[in-house]
Amino acid sequence: MTEHEQTGLADDASAETATEGGTNDNRQPDRGTPIRAETVDAALDALHGEGMAGYSYAYLDEHTKREVRRATLKAIAIPGHQVPYASRPMPLARGWGTGGIQVSLSVLGPDDTFKVIDQGTDGSVNAANIRRLAEETANVSTTTDTTEADVIQTRHRIPEEVLCDDQLLVLQVPVTDPLRKVDPSDAANRKRHAHRNYGKMWVHLYENVVEWGEINIGASYPTMVAGRYLMSPSPIPRWDTPKLDDADHLSIFAAGREARIYAVPPNTRVKPLAFEDRQFTVERFPDRACHLCGSEDTFLVELSETRDGSDGRFETCYVCNDTSFCEKRHSDPDRPKDHHLDREGVDWGPGTPDVPRTTADDAASERGESG
Amino acid sequence: MTLLEAEDVRAVYGDGCVRCLETTGDRAGTNQCSRCGSIVACAEIDVSVQRGEVLGVVGESGSGKSSLAELLALERGEATVGGDVRYAGHDGNLLEVDYQTRQALRTGEIALVHQHIRDGLSLEFTGGGNVAEKLLAAGWRSFEDVRARVSELFEATEIPIERMDDPTSTYSGGMQRRVQIARALAVEPELVVLDEPTTGLDVSVQARVLDTFRRIQREHGVAAIVVSHDLGVVRLLADRTVVMRHGRIVEAGLTDRVMEDPHHEYTQTLINSVI
Repeated sequence: MTEHEQTGLADDASAETATEGGTNDNRQPDRGTPIRAETVDAALDALHGEGMAGYSYAYLDEHTKREVRRATLKAIAIPGHQVPYASRPMPLARGWGTGGIQVSLSVLGPDDTFKVIDQGTDGSVNAANIRRLAEETANVSTTTDTTEADVIQTRHRIPEEVLCDDQLLVLQVPVTDPLRKVDPSDAANRKRHAHRNYGKMWVHLYENVVEWGEINIGASYPTMVAGRYLMSPSPIPRWDTPKLDDADHLSIFAAGREARIYAVPPNTRVKPLAFEDRQFTVERFPDRACHLCGSEDTFLVELSETRDGSDGRFETCYVCNDTSFCEKRHSDPDRPKDHHLDREGVDWGPGTPDVPRTTADDAASERGESG
Repeated sequence: MTLLEAEDVRAVYGDGCVRCLETTGDRAGTNQCSRCGSIVACAEIDVSVQRGEVLGVVGESGSGKSSLAELLALERGEATVGGDVRYAGHDGNLLEVDYQTRQALRTGEIALVHQHIRDGLSLEFTGGGNVAEKLLAAGWRSFEDVRARVSELFEATEIPIERMDDPTSTYSGGMQRRVQIARALAVEPELVVLDEPTTGLDVSVQARVLDTFRRIQREHGVAAIVVSHDLGVVRLLADRTVVMRHGRIVEAGLTDRVMEDPHHEYTQTLINSVI
């Protein structure tokens, strides 16, 4: 016992063994791997290689995976309906993608390729860690290329490249119920969902138009799924919302903190709420192009940074939010978003009704002039 | 032509027992069952409303007026309700219909102006938004149409249109009442139930609210049930009046007759104490 206390790494299985005085010889062997070491470094060394032995495949135990799959199947069967499930504690704080991780790890198999996006980028700490967790525990290969991935876990973006019918998109959701904005009572909102009573949300849109002249909801745009349930598409920008409509891929939305899973099956009608005379619009970036790849038909984010030759002054520029596609465009500026499909002209992503879009040719020539 | 017909309706708060009806009412002098302690808010009530007619319900506080109003407006409270409510153009007893039908009736044909502002309005929404909610729930999907209709209703109920986009919580009490009336009239219902439409308003505002309602009611031929403890309100608006006490109707008749020639002892006291 003293030995474990000194190391500070007393594994509970061995601690119990010590206190109970060896009365538990018939203990199941899968209770973790006791590590005996004098120092922390020695303990970490001992963990290496042997450490994963006590874990199930894909980190979660089989009951958890079954529970998550069961909820996922139910969610797919009732598009847009929030299905409760037994969300487990995960090795990171709730709200950091625990729901998404549970779904991803429950559906991944050793032959799958996994991609993780955190607000458009593959490189953020959280995305890299989630990717590594899957790599180590589920033995999957990982990628940053959207077209190569079988399962894509994403926080608040849908990739620019068109997803196919063999791909699965797992979206992390912080707030599941779109109605919470208009009424904080979940009990009342569940009743509203049951009765398809969305009058309050319409009032919210009405007041939005009164205040701004157009519907000005930035992310999590309230969306009707299959004409039945009102759904929050997770805080993806309005730009990405039309991509859910009649999509080829399956989208699963998972919230670990709120313990809810919902889904949009392939080829499902997904319609953002809007008035007949105040259409749904996506974000507009007039006269802006990505300063790295020159794209004008992607979702751009504003960056303020000091650059070479700017004498330490901050300069504002725009870059593609989807870093993986931006990299591809960098080498091939005219690469369309459906370049990997055998059909062309796939209608993916936004068409902004009130602003005429520059055609690909115009965009290319403009880039030629400026570059 | 009868629009709404209620027969033997009752609303009971509590578990209820077989003796509830015998031990309560005007003769017993209480609305609380002496055996099980349940409150019989109203019972053995038969009322009907014709198209375009205004029915007044008067009585002292606690006589069951609001419970009756909520029951007739198909508002589900905590009470156990029973009886038979028929509505023109609908088959069956409205107290037993499913949620969808009830909701459809409440967004379309029957509107309730609540006694308490908070029950009827979302104070954090704008006044216009509260009125628009009715239209949007009824399936209006054109912003301009909704906007125009809301302005029209604000004008009709004499609420300053400039205040349309302010939160309802910033409105005066009288304006909030009128927003409720505007909201109730938004989709041109056939029947409006007004529960104490002028409570807490000073006399001049009362007069304007009542005037507004009476004008719109006559112009559009809306039927109404006006619940009030204020005989003046009922005398001004109602064609027929029922008087309630201890959860029972003690007297019913044309408003003029009830006011000028009250038969029941309680009605006589009530009218003498006011006029």
